[in-house]
Amino acid sequence: MKRLAFINARLIDPASKLDATGGLLVEDGLIRDFGARLFRDGKPGDAEVIDCGGHVLSPGLIDMRVSTGEPGSEHRETLESASHAAAAGGVTTIVVMPNTDPVIDEPSLVDFIGRRAAATAKVRVVPMAALTKQLAGEVMTEIGLLKEAGAVAFTDVDRTIANARVMRRCLAYAHTFGALVVGHAEDPELSAGTAMNEGEFAMRLGIPAAPSMAETIIVERDIRLVELTGARYHFAQISCRASLDAIADAKGRGLPITCGVSAHHLSLNELDVGAYFTFRKVKPPLRSESDRAAMVEGVASGDIDVIVSSHDPQAADTKRQPFAQAAFGVVGLETLLPAALTIYHSGRASLSHVLETMTAAPARILGLEGGSLAKGSPADLMLFDPDEPFLVDPTELHSRARNTPFEDRRFQGRVLKTFVGGICVYSQEIPR
Amino acid sequence: MRSAALDEGPILQTSHLLGTEALSVDEIIGLLDLAEHYVTLNRSAEKKSALLRGRTLINLFYEASTRTQSSFELAGKRLGADVLNMAVKTSSVSKGETLIDTATTLNAMRPDILVVRHQASGAAELLSRKLNCCVVNAGDGSHEHPTQALLDALTIRRHLRSFEGLVVAICGDVAHSRVARSNIHLLSKMGARVRLIAPRTLLPADADRFGVEIFHDMREGLKGVDIVMMLRLQLERMSGAFVPSAREYFHFYGLDAEKLKNAKPGALVMHPGPMNRGVEIDSAVADDIEVSVIQEQVEMGVAIRMAVLDALSRGLAAGGRNAR
Repeated sequence: MKRLAFINARLIDPASKLDATGGLLVEDGLIRDFGARLFRDGKPGDAEVIDCGGHVLSPGLIDMRVSTGEPGSEHRETLESASHAAAAGGVTTIVVMPNTDPVIDEPSLVDFIGRRAAATAKVRVVPMAALTKQLAGEVMTEIGLLKEAGAVAFTDVDRTIANARVMRRCLAYAHTFGALVVGHAEDPELSAGTAMNEGEFAMRLGIPAAPSMAETIIVERDIRLVELTGARYHFAQISCRASLDAIADAKGRGLPITCGVSAHHLSLNELDVGAYFTFRKVKPPLRSESDRAAMVEGVASGDIDVIVSSHDPQAADTKRQPFAQAAFGVVGLETLLPAALTIYHSGRASLSHVLETMTAAPARILGLEGGSLAKGSPADLMLFDPDEPFLVDPTELHSRARNTPFEDRRFQGRVLKTFVGGICVYSQEIPR
Repeated sequence: MRSAALDEGPILQTSHLLGTEALSVDEIIGLLDLAEHYVTLNRSAEKKSALLRGRTLINLFYEASTRTQSSFELAGKRLGADVLNMAVKTSSVSKGETLIDTATTLNAMRPDILVVRHQASGAAELLSRKLNCCVVNAGDGSHEHPTQALLDALTIRRHLRSFEGLVVAICGDVAHSRVARSNIHLLSKMGARVRLIAPRTLLPADADRFGVEIFHDMREGLKGVDIVMMLRLQLERMSGAFVPSAREYFHFYGLDAEKLKNAKPGALVMHPGPMNRGVEIDSAVADDIEVSVIQEQVEMGVAIRMAVLDALSRGLAAGGRNAR
C-alpha cells in the first residue's frame, strides 16, 4: 500500500471552506485523511513524507476549456503535451474540446480520446462532445450514446448555433438525458469576419470589429431557450458586463444556467492588442476596461462560476500573420492559476473563493468527482506558493505551442508540485 | 355482452366521426359492442351483409395507406356499399386542385359517406362543414385518427375486459402522432391511466395538459404497465432534426425484450403499423405471439370500420343526406 504524507501544509478546500494548517494522508491514490490535527505528533508511520513548508495544498485545478490538436493537428498540441503543460500549471483535470479533426461527434471518438489519454497523458482528461454533427449547427449529435461513452458535456466550442430552432431542439433533447450544454455566445453574422472588439481602439487600428452586443444578444436568446426547455446550460466564457447582467438576472430567476470567464479576459483588455499583437487575438475578443472590470466583479460576486484557460495552442504559421488573418487563441494552462490569482492579490476575493472557480465549481457543473479535499476522493492535488513573483517566459512553457498573451507579464503564484491520483506529475525543479 | 348496439337505434350523436375527443363513453361502448358483432361476422364464411346496399362510400386518401384504406374498403364492401377509391396521385389533385374543390366535386356525385385522410390537421373538420355526406376522419395531420384508437380499444377490451385502472404507455413520436392523440382521449375517457414516453423533442409542449404522466426514461415509464403502445417514427425525423439517429433512438426508445421486462408480466404490445423494425421495435418483440397483438389490431380494424359505417348509416335518411 503506497502512502504519502503531506505535512506542514496550508490546506485550502473551497468546497468545505477549509483553510487551516495541517496534514493530509494519501493511500492508494485516494485522500485517506486530512486536517489540522493530522500528523501533529509528527508520526506519519511508513508513509513517504512531503514537507509543504507552509505552502498551500489544495485540490488540483479542473480546466473546463482546453483545446489540443489531437487528433488531427498534433503539431499544435497532443493530449500528452497538453497534459505536461497542465501538470506544470497545477491543473489535474483537463476538459478537452471536440473541435479536432475529426470532430468528436461519434461515440467511438469519445472512446478514442479516453484511450489516448490513458496511454499518454499525465493528468486526467475528460472529453466534451460536439452538440451538432461536424459542429455545423444543423444536425444534433447522438447525445445519449455520447454521454454513455463518457462525454461530460456537449458543445460546438467556439461556434454559436445560429438557428434558434436547432438550438431549441438540441437543448430539449439534451435535457432528456440530463446532459449539460456548453454554449459559445457570439452572433455569427454580427461577428463574421471581425478580429477584435468594436470601439475606438479598433477604429484607430482599422481592424474589422464586432460589438460586445454580438455576445449579449446570444446570451439573452439562449437564456430564453433554457427557460423554454429547462435544459442545463453553461456559457463557456463571457466577456462583457451586459452578458453578466443578463446571466445574473437569469440565475436570480432560478434558471439552470452557469457561466465561465477566461483568465485572459480577467487580466487583459482591448488596448493590450497594442501594435497588432496576434497573441492577443482571442474569441470572444478582449473587451473594454470596464468590461474587464465587470468580469472581475462577476468572479468576486459569484455570478461567474468558473475561470478557464481557454487553452488553444497555435503554431507560428497561424499566428505570424497580419492581425485580421491570424488565428484566434492563446495557450493558458500554465498561466491559469497566476492570472486568476490577480483577483486575490488585488483584494477582490479570498484565495479560497478564487480557487473554487477552478476546483469545486467545475466539478459540480460537470458532475466530476474530485475538485475537493474529501476522504475517499482521488488525490488530485496542487501544492503552490500563492505569493511567489515571477515573469512569464514563453521559452519555459511546457506546451508545444508558445502563443501566450502574457509574455513578460509579472504574476504572483507558482505551482510547486502537482499530484494526480497520488502520483507526482510535476515538481518545480529548483524552488526559488 | 349487451347487444343494444345491434338494435337499429342510434349510436352516434353526430353524423360525422372526426375524432375521439368529442365521443362520449356511451358512444364508444356502443361502437365497440357493435364491432364485436362484426368480428364474428368477419370470421364466418359468409362475410357479407346488405346493410349499406345502395349506399356509396368514397375513400379520399391524400397520404399513402395500406391498412386504413383497405380496411375501409373491405368494411364498405362487406356491408354491401359501392366503394370508390380516389387515387389522389393520378387525379386532378396532382394538377393543383384544392381540397375543397376536389371534395365538392366528389360530393356532387352524391356519396353517402366520405372517408378522408389528409396531411393537414383539421382537414376532415373542414370537409364536414362543407359537404352534405357523412365524413369519417381516417387521419388528419397530427390531430386525430379515431378509428385507430377505436380498434386499439377493441383489441384491449377483448384481452383485458375492462379499461378501468389499466396503465397504458404510449411510446415514441407523440408530437407528430394523430394515433397518440386519439388514444389519449379515448383511453382516458374509459378510465385507463395513460403514460407518454419519449425524448423531449418528440413530445408536444404542454403534453401534460392531456392529464397524462410523462416519462423520458423508457425503463422507468414501462414499470408496471399493462399495455405498451408503440408509435411509428417517420424516417425523416430520425436524421437529426428531432432525434440524432435511428441507432440512438433504438438504444433508448426502441422496445426490446429487455426493456419490456419492466412492464407487467403478460403486458400486451401494440403498434399501429407500419413498423420500423430495429428503430422503434425489435423484431423479437413484434413477432412474439405471446405479447404482440399487432396482427389482431389489423383484424379489429375491419370490424371497427364496419361498426362506424353501420353507426353513421343509421343517421342517414332513406335517400341519404344528399336527398334534398
